[in-house]
Amino acid sequence: MANGESTAGTDAPAGGFVQLLTPDGERIDSVTTADGTTYSVDFTDDEYRELYRDLVTVRRLDAEATALQRQGELGIWASLLGQEAAQVGSGRAMRPQDMAFPTYREHGVLYTRGIDPIMPFGLFRGVDQGGWDANEHRFNGYTIVIGSQTLHATGYAMGVTMDGKTGSPDGEAVIAYFGDGATSQGEVNEAFVWAGVFHAPMVFFCQNNQYAISEPLERQTRIPLYRRAAGYGFPGVRIDGNDVLASFAVTRAALDNARNGQGPTLIEAYTYRMGAHTSSDDPTRYRIASEVESWKAKDPISRLRAFLAKQQLGDDSFFDEVDESAKTLALSLRERVLSMPDPQPISMFDNVYPHGSPELDLQRSQFADYHASFEGSDH
Amino acid sequence: MMAETITIGKALNHGLRRSLEHDSKVVIMGEDVGKLGGVFRITDGLQKDFGEDRVIDTPLAEAGIVGTAVGLAIRGYRPVCEIQFDGFVFPAYNQIVAQVAKMFYRSMGKVRLPIVIRIPFGGGIGAVEHHSESPEAYFSHTPGLKVVTCSNPADAYSMIQQAIRSDDPIVFFEPKRRYWEKGEVDLDADLAGAYPLHEARVAREGTDATLIAYGPMVRTCLDAATAAAEDGRNLEVIDLRTLSPVDYDKIYSSVRRTGRAVVVHEAPGNIGLGAELAARITEHCFYSLEAPVLRVTGYDIPYPAARVEEEYLPDLDRVLDAVDRSFGW
Ligand SMILES: Cc1ncc(C[n+]2csc(CCOP(=O)(O)OP(=O)(O)O)c2C)c(N)n1
Repeated sequence: MANGESTAGTDAPAGGFVQLLTPDGERIDSVTTADGTTYSVDFTDDEYRELYRDLVTVRRLDAEATALQRQGELGIWASLLGQEAAQVGSGRAMRPQDMAFPTYREHGVLYTRGIDPIMPFGLFRGVDQGGWDANEHRFNGYTIVIGSQTLHATGYAMGVTMDGKTGSPDGEAVIAYFGDGATSQGEVNEAFVWAGVFHAPMVFFCQNNQYAISEPLERQTRIPLYRRAAGYGFPGVRIDGNDVLASFAVTRAALDNARNGQGPTLIEAYTYRMGAHTSSDDPTRYRIASEVESWKAKDPISRLRAFLAKQQLGDDSFFDEVDESAKTLALSLRERVLSMPDPQPISMFDNVYPHGSPELDLQRSQFADYHASFEGSDH
Repeated sequence: MMAETITIGKALNHGLRRSLEHDSKVVIMGEDVGKLGGVFRITDGLQKDFGEDRVIDTPLAEAGIVGTAVGLAIRGYRPVCEIQFDGFVFPAYNQIVAQVAKMFYRSMGKVRLPIVIRIPFGGGIGAVEHHSESPEAYFSHTPGLKVVTCSNPADAYSMIQQAIRSDDPIVFFEPKRRYWEKGEVDLDADLAGAYPLHEARVAREGTDATLIAYGPMVRTCLDAATAAAEDGRNLEVIDLRTLSPVDYDKIYSSVRRTGRAVVVHEAPGNIGLGAELAARITEHCFYSLEAPVLRVTGYDIPYPAARVEEEYLPDLDRVLDAVDRSFGW
């Protein structure tokens, strides 16, 4: 099985990766991997500009969330800083009928699905369970227990096959997101086994941001992650995760292969978590500043901006306008988050069972009576 | 005697350190336990002082952490596994209940598994889902496991050491919302003189009713007892310390004196530890009881959103309300 060993790009890890846009903003026309697949993109000027707008917007929304957390308005926040290209590229590569299963950091993918960015804030503010309609948005709920969603995605993809929705260009495909740490979980390995055996229309999209909280990649694997796919019988491709074009091109191809009945692909997006793991984490305990600095030079946004400028696809007024509209969106998000009401305590009894339960109805009414007994007191 | 005022978290850290010093076969393993010192810093500084072979940063795989601990234990090691949060123990659940719990029985007494599985548990820290659970009943229900939890720094310090020296597999629940609570600990104390691991302790003596609690709820019950004293009610508080096996004698003798019992825990009430305790007390103290054994527990719902968790968790008022109901019987 050809494992898609990739052509080296600028600053590539050993073994190379697919890169279509260098950190300096140079466009690489196309890349052919060892298995003979050629990856490229064919964007209009406007499409390039819209991708840039996505990246900037997503980063700005994330920065606003980080600020809200620091001001005590969110209990916790998992920032995507540095991972915008992996998320926007792969998210935009999905077609409307495709389905995504995220972890808890995929705010950028969520945005590309056209979902109101307010969606995850209830969960992180602690006012609700973050519930949105997975089927309506074709984007499942956030999953905090590491790796669980990869099995859900695989099962969903098996359902796509059973419904006869594969084998044609308008078929459906499924993408599951997870981190490098997640690849150590038994459940993720079981998802690989199942997807391989059942030839499921799946794309496994691993954002290798080099750390699982404090633990570096070497604590999870001795070989590049994309090579694991070969052991399960499907192709693995590594991309420059800070290159939105490579992320788009490879994910689009893998999703199209899946929908056309060619089974799963593992994509390893080689990237870096620029911030803390979450707002509760202290990265100075386990990584050095120079490492962060070296990744800053590979920033996903500045390279696309350099490309746009060089190609005269964007000038200062365009860049300013994008910044300004991202800021406006972020500020309106802030307003909305601040005005999210605390839940009514009694609502915690809702949605335990679709048709309720007599025992729970009793507990609910006892809870109401107990609270009524404090009325007028300063409880 | 070198008594120091330290937090529960620090006491556990000292206890782990002493265990590593005491026995070269003790190893600590888990996610982020090394350089980071664990997400709660309970293992802070231990890898630096004992090395990467004694304090092992593992891959992100709970079944792996506990499953390899089984092999290490068979090989003569004494693994101390850290599960990062209560809600993440379930990938390891199969290993714990189907393997760890049964190995001694299955080997007809030939293979001992001196494994300690540390789990920060319970709510009250404003976390997102899966970070505030109380799964103790699942483990207490499993024969072959011992389940313990501490409620103060002195117990934290001695109990973690006793658990590590014990030949039984022990699930060690740490009350995470109390990690920062301080108390006196004698760091030089000889373990031989320590309070026995599997005995309950009367945390406050009283005559009018018995509150039975463990882990995070012991503090809540002590506060309730202080409040009740202002109203002239003298409540006894028992800290179970071990959830399996329960030290029933201490409970029975208390309830026979006071005639009233209220069991308090954060976990949902349905099929929980409180149900077992109420049944046993009824069976053994029936003629001494002035009222049925009452329970104050979490509701039978998944752990709710952080902004309403204070309504979910038993608090001083709910405990006092139950005491009132007991007296009103
Ligand atoms: C089963 C499980 N174990 C532990 C955790 C605690 N935890 C949350 S995120 C994380 C690291 C995840 O790393 P990775 O999969 O690389 O994803 P990243 O957060 O870096 O995107 C850990 C250990 C968890 N959420 N679930």
